[in-house]
Amino acid sequence: MRTLDPKTLLPEGASAEGLDVVSREDRDDLVFVNLGPSHPATHGTLRALVALDGETIKAAVTEIGYLHRGFEKDCEVHTYQQCIPYTDRLNYVSAIMNNVGFCKAVERMLGITLPDRAMVLRLITCELNRIIDHLVAAGTNLVDIGALTNFWYSFNAREKVYDILEKLCGARLTSSYTRIGGLSRDVYPAFADEVRTVLKDVRRAVGELERLVSKNRIFLERTQGVCVISKEKAISYGWTGPTLRACGVEYDLRKAEPYYHYEDFKFEVVVGTKGDIYDRIFVRLLEIEESSSIIEQALRKLPEGPVMSDDKRVAVPPKERTYGNIEGLMNHFKIIMHGICPPAGEVYDFTEAANGELGFSIVSDGSKNPYRVKCRPPCFMNFAAYAEMVEGGMVADAVANLGSINIIAGELDR
Amino acid sequence: MDHPTLLEKLNALLPGKVLGSTDRFGSLEVAVDRKALAEVVGTLRNDQDLAFDMLIDLVSIDLSLYPGWTGDRFAVNVLLKSLPKNHRLQLKATAPEDDPSFPSLAGLYANADWLEREAWDQMGLKFTGHPNLKRILNHHEFVGHPLRKDYPITRRQWLSANESLMDEMDVRLKTKGYR
Repeated sequence: MRTLDPKTLLPEGASAEGLDVVSREDRDDLVFVNLGPSHPATHGTLRALVALDGETIKAAVTEIGYLHRGFEKDCEVHTYQQCIPYTDRLNYVSAIMNNVGFCKAVERMLGITLPDRAMVLRLITCELNRIIDHLVAAGTNLVDIGALTNFWYSFNAREKVYDILEKLCGARLTSSYTRIGGLSRDVYPAFADEVRTVLKDVRRAVGELERLVSKNRIFLERTQGVCVISKEKAISYGWTGPTLRACGVEYDLRKAEPYYHYEDFKFEVVVGTKGDIYDRIFVRLLEIEESSSIIEQALRKLPEGPVMSDDKRVAVPPKERTYGNIEGLMNHFKIIMHGICPPAGEVYDFTEAANGELGFSIVSDGSKNPYRVKCRPPCFMNFAAYAEMVEGGMVADAVANLGSINIIAGELDR
Repeated sequence: MDHPTLLEKLNALLPGKVLGSTDRFGSLEVAVDRKALAEVVGTLRNDQDLAFDMLIDLVSIDLSLYPGWTGDRFAVNVLLKSLPKNHRLQLKATAPEDDPSFPSLAGLYANADWLEREAWDQMGLKFTGHPNLKRILNHHEFVGHPLRKDYPITRRQWLSANESLMDEMDVRLKTKGYR
């Protein structure tokens, strides 16, 4: 039994009255402990100050900003294309999703429709990134509660997905794969076959993971009914993505406000029931299967064609046109020297990233630099609720909870 | 709800509060008076047909260098989303340089607390009625507000000692019944 409430330990017939009165001495008995900012279990540099009564957290406050590097300010002095590598460093576990999120917002201002092949490839790479992100989140979460073996199962599969991304764009983590108006390059010839092979590995890994934990008593006791958050609270905190779905809210932007033709794919929205750590881990594990299925469907209908829009405002012309005629040379010069200039105005655009709704608000003054960029990182909302969630639990639960809401400090602190 | 219907509904629900509207890049933006911001957002949240139950984001903007802009220096965009109705709305309010304050939304949405702290930290906007308006991304010894256009991008500030956080902890403990 989990409960360590002194009232339940009373001898029969004794009164529990007066036990919950908190006196000045009780306040002086509290021990204040910093969890973080630098600790293996903190997934980046985060800090929580907790007031402990024995091992129980009576109150908690959090501090963020340790990884703040001024992403938004940096964007203001760079061109739109130069912002793309910065977006890699937001959620560095699923970088392509950030690239896509930013480019999609700029494309919306410019009114550019992507070529079909670029759209489908963006969708495939995003889903591959979702798989990686979920494997990392579930794997590290399990390490935090002492289940190290699972970590190797999930990270083996993740490594294989990274091999594909490495072949695709030369980088594992910071991919900068998209461009405004399309993609930096087309996929390599064996891409589709390799993805199908890797999906088999991913599925096997997820199956093994599930078999390892789903009937493991330690795992169940550590996660079921721990750090529960209600539906209403989660919505009020602005939670989106798998953490909100774990609370039983069937909400997925890929279904609710589909983009890139997500509505043409068959997949289920995975929903939890209780909103505890168990649900958050399993929603992620089951979403991996849905993502794999989306990728397979997308590979079947991957159209031929260009991966970059031919819109002169965003596309660098092919080299033969640059060197072959004056108009091509001028286009090249305009894009490189003057940059991409969206019309003046404000836009907010969003995608369903691995952690939830990743949004970019961009204010343009019509020049080549964004006037203001504001990123809406899904983790920020998740971590805002963290202090409230861990109060009343134990220190070890706080550690388990941190992994389950998948805080990526790069995105949280920007 | 499509945008014209939404706007019509807003006008009916909040007579005189909607100062203007734009419908660009697929999103509807409504300008409101900053003094009425919390009241408007509260009405939008509680109305059955609108049901804006989620605060998506709060964007602070320094318009001082915006070409051709002669109005107030600061603006705030409040991005709302309704999960049951699946529609979105953006509210905009502006404030002058000498009084950059807005009513706080912290009583309406739980995440407004941190979002408003961020707007204070980065842009120096004040939110009246906020329970704990302190810096969040920059450290506690930081001077100035980095996202203001007059803050040079190369100015860095060192932190000499970290924050104890006991001020927040004391408040938190009081709410838990500790004296």
